[in-house]
Amino acid sequence: MRIGVTVFPGSNCDRDALYGVERAGAEAVELWHADADLKGVDAVIVPGGFSYGDYLRPGAIARFANIMDPLEEFAKDGGPILGVCNGFQVLTEAHLLPGALLRNTNMRFICDRVHVRVETVDTLWTAGCDPGEELTLPVAHNEGNYFADPETLSRLEEEGRVVLRYLENPNGSANDIAGVCNENRNVVGIMPHPERVSDPALGSDEGLRILRSVLVGAGV
Amino acid sequence: MGLSDFEYDRILELMGRPPNFLELSLFSVMWSEHCGYKNSRPLLGRFPNKGTRVVQGPGENAGVVEVGDGWALAFKMESHNHPSAVEPYEGAATGVGGIIRDILAMGARPVALLDSLRFGPLEEERNRYLFREVVRGIGGYGNAVGVPTVGGEVEFARAYSGNPLVNAMCIGLIRIEDLVRSSATGDGNLVVLLGSKTGRDGIHGATFASDELTDESESKRSNVQVGDPFCEKMLIECCLKLLDEDLLVSLQDLGAAGITSSASEMAAKGGVGIEIETDRVPLRESGMEPTEVMISESQERMLAVVEPEKIEDVLYLAERYELVGAVVGRVAGHGDLRVIHHGEVVGTVPAEFLADAPVYERDVVRPNYLDELQELTVDELPGPEDYNAVLLRMLGHPNLRSRRAIFTQYDHQVGTDTVVLPGADAAVMRIKGTKLGFAATTDGRGRHCYLDPRGGGAATVAEAYRNLSCVGAEPVAVTDCLNFGSPEKPDGYYQLAECIKGMSEACEVLGTPVVSGNVSLYNETDSGAIYPTPTVGMVGVMKDVNIHATPAFKREGDRVVVIGKTPPLLGESMTSEGDLLAGSEYLEIIHGKTAGLPVRSDLAAEKKVADLVRELVESGLVDTAHDVSSGGVVVCLAEMVIEGGIGLGYDGEVEIEEMRADVALFGEESGAFVVAVPEECWNDLQDALVGFAYRVVGTTGGDRFKIGDLIDVKSSDLKKAYERDLFETHAPEGGHIG
Amino acid sequence: MKIRVLVRPKAGILDPQGEAVKNALPALGFEGVHTVHVGRLVEMEVESADEVDAMCRRLLSNPTIEEYEWEVIG
Repeated sequence: MRIGVTVFPGSNCDRDALYGVERAGAEAVELWHADADLKGVDAVIVPGGFSYGDYLRPGAIARFANIMDPLEEFAKDGGPILGVCNGFQVLTEAHLLPGALLRNTNMRFICDRVHVRVETVDTLWTAGCDPGEELTLPVAHNEGNYFADPETLSRLEEEGRVVLRYLENPNGSANDIAGVCNENRNVVGIMPHPERVSDPALGSDEGLRILRSVLVGAGV
Repeated sequence: MGLSDFEYDRILELMGRPPNFLELSLFSVMWSEHCGYKNSRPLLGRFPNKGTRVVQGPGENAGVVEVGDGWALAFKMESHNHPSAVEPYEGAATGVGGIIRDILAMGARPVALLDSLRFGPLEEERNRYLFREVVRGIGGYGNAVGVPTVGGEVEFARAYSGNPLVNAMCIGLIRIEDLVRSSATGDGNLVVLLGSKTGRDGIHGATFASDELTDESESKRSNVQVGDPFCEKMLIECCLKLLDEDLLVSLQDLGAAGITSSASEMAAKGGVGIEIETDRVPLRESGMEPTEVMISESQERMLAVVEPEKIEDVLYLAERYELVGAVVGRVAGHGDLRVIHHGEVVGTVPAEFLADAPVYERDVVRPNYLDELQELTVDELPGPEDYNAVLLRMLGHPNLRSRRAIFTQYDHQVGTDTVVLPGADAAVMRIKGTKLGFAATTDGRGRHCYLDPRGGGAATVAEAYRNLSCVGAEPVAVTDCLNFGSPEKPDGYYQLAECIKGMSEACEVLGTPVVSGNVSLYNETDSGAIYPTPTVGMVGVMKDVNIHATPAFKREGDRVVVIGKTPPLLGESMTSEGDLLAGSEYLEIIHGKTAGLPVRSDLAAEKKVADLVRELVESGLVDTAHDVSSGGVVVCLAEMVIEGGIGLGYDGEVEIEEMRADVALFGEESGAFVVAVPEECWNDLQDALVGFAYRVVGTTGGDRFKIGDLIDVKSSDLKKAYERDLFETHAPEGGHIG
Repeated sequence: MKIRVLVRPKAGILDPQGEAVKNALPALGFEGVHTVHVGRLVEMEVESADEVDAMCRRLLSNPTIEEYEWEVIG
């Protein structure tokens, strides 16, 4: 399986995501923002970082990069897409996922390990997890405070589209939401960084539970 | 312009004619202390700088040491004190940006950042503001640029009120064969400016950094540069790509004194000249004069020398990374830094003159203040009644409290190489694709250096050595920032000279040469000089990064052992009460006194103990180790309890022979470690410790911290005191416990 | 022509920046501050105002969380 990782100017977890993909046992493919070409990959990760310096709003400028047109097509066709951190922000700005990510309520950047629960295994990126499984994952963000209007929130809850939920809310997110998916359940956005815990040498490889799920779903 | 009459005469003599305004500006920035090391150069010569692992010593943009398997580390620490005092967010941010470019100029990928910080007491609003904004600035830049901030240290003392210290260290990883030098070569080669456009930022920042801070400094805000980490990120990726494709002859960052400094240094090192055409420099503001273009300190810029046939590829890549890329000059045989504007030569100075700032050597005179300061009568100090309360108060003091509120604002994991997270004695990083790793720490002991410059200088290096040893790394080399007051005042010069002497002695004995560094003098405000504060950044190498130790207790039932100087609370201390309390945190926090003459370290003996601890870790026998430092052994043990969430009990009799209990508990002596091992390893540990002084201090377990019948506190209470948020509003401290 | 665009958090949206400023003001001795919202000011020089609204909707604001207004200032 080949998994692409988009690289925007200012992405800084792109190399980590490529590494995580390899750790998960897939082939990693770099996708340059200016090329409107997904190079035939089977899945795409939009990595973390500060695309375009997070200027204006995180993800606001990246969503208009050339790579986004084929990515939106790919999403429509049911292709698996995972947005991590800034990638999640890009996907909300691009309306591939509902809601938005606001400043953390304590107004600080937060780099820490958080406990989250896998709320649904019915997505392409959690198919390999156990229902209700608890994971400890790193977060590192300034704007991780998930927001959606009340109707959207209740729809997300009713349709089981909350993918990860914080056990202790670090940033003020509505309903303790750490990750959501789209209606078709192929596009997932999460604030925690699974690629940062993809190797026991770093103290944990729990992130592989998520990164490998897309392989499970694909029957690899 | 910051030049003295003597210096102006020297310029006349060198040039053989009066310089024009532009030429004089070049001298002014290059002969500032910041660029020219006028007062410190003769003293810096004392530092040992050779060693078996040293690939590059002082003189380049960063020092380089070999790790193994062809891998090397480029590292350097630099101060950004004055800019941070005036505009803390941008001052700290651009400090981080600047040190990253130093590492990038070596051709290395920046992989780790550390910061050494000093502020005045947090009771004052201005100090809280500086502290909060400096931390935000470091995070704001480092987090965005994608280099993890993995360690550092901070202390608070009145002497830093209004003159905070912001020292940033960066470490880069590189294959030895890929190292880049900064010397310009090849008559006719092109000089290319990469990065962002040039504006009027920080005009005369270098001379500003060499002035004392006064109320006027606040209004010099226009001097402070604004950082753009997004541009820096692109600059990193672009330069590494250019080097990877072998498109550059040499590379240099633009820091203080901008193009002037970079171009003249590149020229002087290569023994060639460089011509800069100021009208070809892409500008952000209109109407900039050639002089302004030459000394602008706009951030996120690099200067490269490129062979003409490769220029198209270089400019193409700059565009791909959305950077400014412009040919702004050429290498020439004449040896001058020549400034050309619209085809007309507007200034010419031989590059070697600019690099040859005059040197001032002064007499080293012991200041009178030391005698009074070093006197300490313990009997005059009231003894506390409740040692639990003292311990909690110590742990809750900003100097000892957990740094968690700081490092959780820094992305310390980006890059997926951080093996030991912040909060341990040193950061541990891996080198992907190998078993190798490295560790890094920053340390400073300003109060100690104030009380005894020479002893404090040595102790600073020794502390860094111990911190690396604790995690299991072999210490190899040092970078430093020498933060001092004015060298033109006898006290300041004495402190500078003596600290360097002490540091040199320690580096010699410990086998850790100084390979890079920077000097920040004139750290004074209207109310006086800062503590003399040399900060040391030390790196160590690890053969197997997976084998390391951290301070946290890991299991119930572990034997806890103090190695090295046995703490007086277990008897047989050879050190007097006064010596134990001299310069200690206990004396400072509980009694509000800065006094005494701390015992000078026996460096050779300390090295033996530290090396033993490292070997214990390397062998896999010990996975829990911590250096006994500020606050003494009890604070050290309490930290291990808090970090591990496992209690400690010492039920044996506490033997205090003819010593006050508070001194015995909180006295500080250099050179001790605490380690913990499971019962089944106890025999092996005892075998390894033959010939060394050691004492068992208890067994891990339960949820209390107990030292005989003197201290008995719930672990959760320790944690509560220790983990209070450093940024919460500070109520003024109450009276001292008497 | 010169255009000034004002982007601000939609009414009712949690505004951590505004909250932080609101909490900081009394600490400096400024009493009686009831609400603070922090927005963003964008100034541009454009050839025509025809597409300013589209610019605001598509890039300058995020309609999920922000509202905007704009005016010609010269």
